[in-house]
Amino acid sequence: MAFVENLTLFVLAGFLGYELITKIPATLHTPLISGTNAISGITLIGSVVVAGSGHSTLASVLGFFAVVLATVNVVGGYLVSHQMLRNFGRRRGE
Amino acid sequence: MAGLLDGLPQDTLPLVYLVSGVLFIVGLRKLTHPRTAEQGNLISATGMALAVGVTVLWFEILEPLVLGAALLVGAGIGTWLAVSVETTEMPQLIGVFNGFGGGASALVAGAELVGQVGALGASGLSATATGAAAVTGLIGAVTFCGSLVAAGKLHGIYENPIHYPAENAIKVGVLSVAVSAGLVLVTRIDLVPMGELVAPYWALLAVASVLGVLLVVPIGGADMPVVIALLNAFSGLAAASTGFVLNNSVLIIAGTLVGASGLILTRIMCRSMNRSLVNVLFGGHGGPTATSGAEADIYEGNVVSTSPEEVVMLLETARRVVIVPGYGMAVGQAQHAVAELAQLLEDDGVDVVFGIHPVAGRLPGHMNVLLAEANVPYERMRELSEINPTFSQTDLVLVTGANDVVNPTAYSDSASPIAGMPVLDVWEAQTVVVNKRSLSPGYAGIPNPLFAMDNALMLFGDARDSMQALVNEYKRGR
Repeated sequence: MAFVENLTLFVLAGFLGYELITKIPATLHTPLISGTNAISGITLIGSVVVAGSGHSTLASVLGFFAVVLATVNVVGGYLVSHQMLRNFGRRRGE
Repeated sequence: MAGLLDGLPQDTLPLVYLVSGVLFIVGLRKLTHPRTAEQGNLISATGMALAVGVTVLWFEILEPLVLGAALLVGAGIGTWLAVSVETTEMPQLIGVFNGFGGGASALVAGAELVGQVGALGASGLSATATGAAAVTGLIGAVTFCGSLVAAGKLHGIYENPIHYPAENAIKVGVLSVAVSAGLVLVTRIDLVPMGELVAPYWALLAVASVLGVLLVVPIGGADMPVVIALLNAFSGLAAASTGFVLNNSVLIIAGTLVGASGLILTRIMCRSMNRSLVNVLFGGHGGPTATSGAEADIYEGNVVSTSPEEVVMLLETARRVVIVPGYGMAVGQAQHAVAELAQLLEDDGVDVVFGIHPVAGRLPGHMNVLLAEANVPYERMRELSEINPTFSQTDLVLVTGANDVVNPTAYSDSASPIAGMPVLDVWEAQTVVVNKRSLSPGYAGIPNPLFAMDNALMLFGDARDSMQALVNEYKRGR
């Protein structure tokens, strides 16, 4: 049953994504890529559970590296997007 | 689950994830306008902080030191990279971050399998879990290695496509090996003992990593907008399929949104080159093409070269000017000089706008980011469909560092590699000044008849030097 529920979320989110993204102007496509990139770091919450679970040493080691990679992705992605978008929002002379 | 939030109802966690999902959606909605986009990014980051925070507090963390250290190291590296990297190096940084996301998803799925086998034994693995893990491993590893290769290309380490014999056959072969490893994992055929390590999964990861390298290595630098957009989609889909492994709603929602975004961008980029994705990935052009004598003849005696002084005289009498930037502007870091020139002209009452082709540069929207950094307001940046009808009322077009995107061959020669590609119709303006280092062909490897047209003038030189010379000359005349 869980699989069907997951599939439902997947399909609906896909259509929602299509509607949302097609409205974003070409000017913002680079920040869109880096911003969505940061969102894909959501996999971090999966790595947090695995890294801290103490299942086995191997799982913890794998989890450790997964957390590092995902955190770099999340923190770096949002910061880079922020820097770029600040330039777009800025008015001349500021 | 015995974490710090012990005592709260079971449904609290999925409800908080729902709020995070909504924040991601609202954040993306705000990205539809440059004015609200910065706020949208903050909202999205808040959603992320909420999801991560509640997860850390909810679950029983048996090894808080391991987790804390990993979070600190990751945040430190991410901040340091984001803060220390120049705007011009942003494309490759985005590529690296993208790869890390895919790599993390692949590791999580593997760690989860190892954990489940440890707890329940190999028979405890459900086919849904192994199937989703196989998909995650394949996409995640391809994303990780493909993105790192793409980042290397964007950094200029080996921009040119590297071809190898029987390229497409090898790619298909490696993909089938990876898929076979995935099938062994799902069906648990006893070809290889599953063991505590879940060996088939790691075999799949290794093969998929090789595939990621093989896929991107033959693709040239100018096709990177497509590759980056596609890998962006992959990193999202990897996160979504990790959500299937872990039965986690917010992973599926957020990952799918990213997947949709990347796929839409991929399609836009392909259409802007009038090429199919298959053609970009498997039929790529951009190899070193020797210009034949007959092709070079179109320039013979027809190319008129000009000087900054002459261009400034034209600018002084112009009422409407369109600036068309290309990758050469990024390479030469000429955006500040270009922006200064535009500002000077504007101060003198000239109508100045920027005409930006969707695939100009190495990322979707690359030129816009560089110009925004140089303080050009987004209202002055025009998309291809907006700018094309206005060239006939334009006195002067200044092309800097662009070539294929202003090549009329796209319309006239159906056999050309850029046939049917939408281009900027700059030749319809009264005068076109093309700033370029030489007459050498662009990425498509074909000559550009624009350079030989009667209303075209060539301003030879590096983008930054030439633009700076125009700025200095213009200031002198005031």
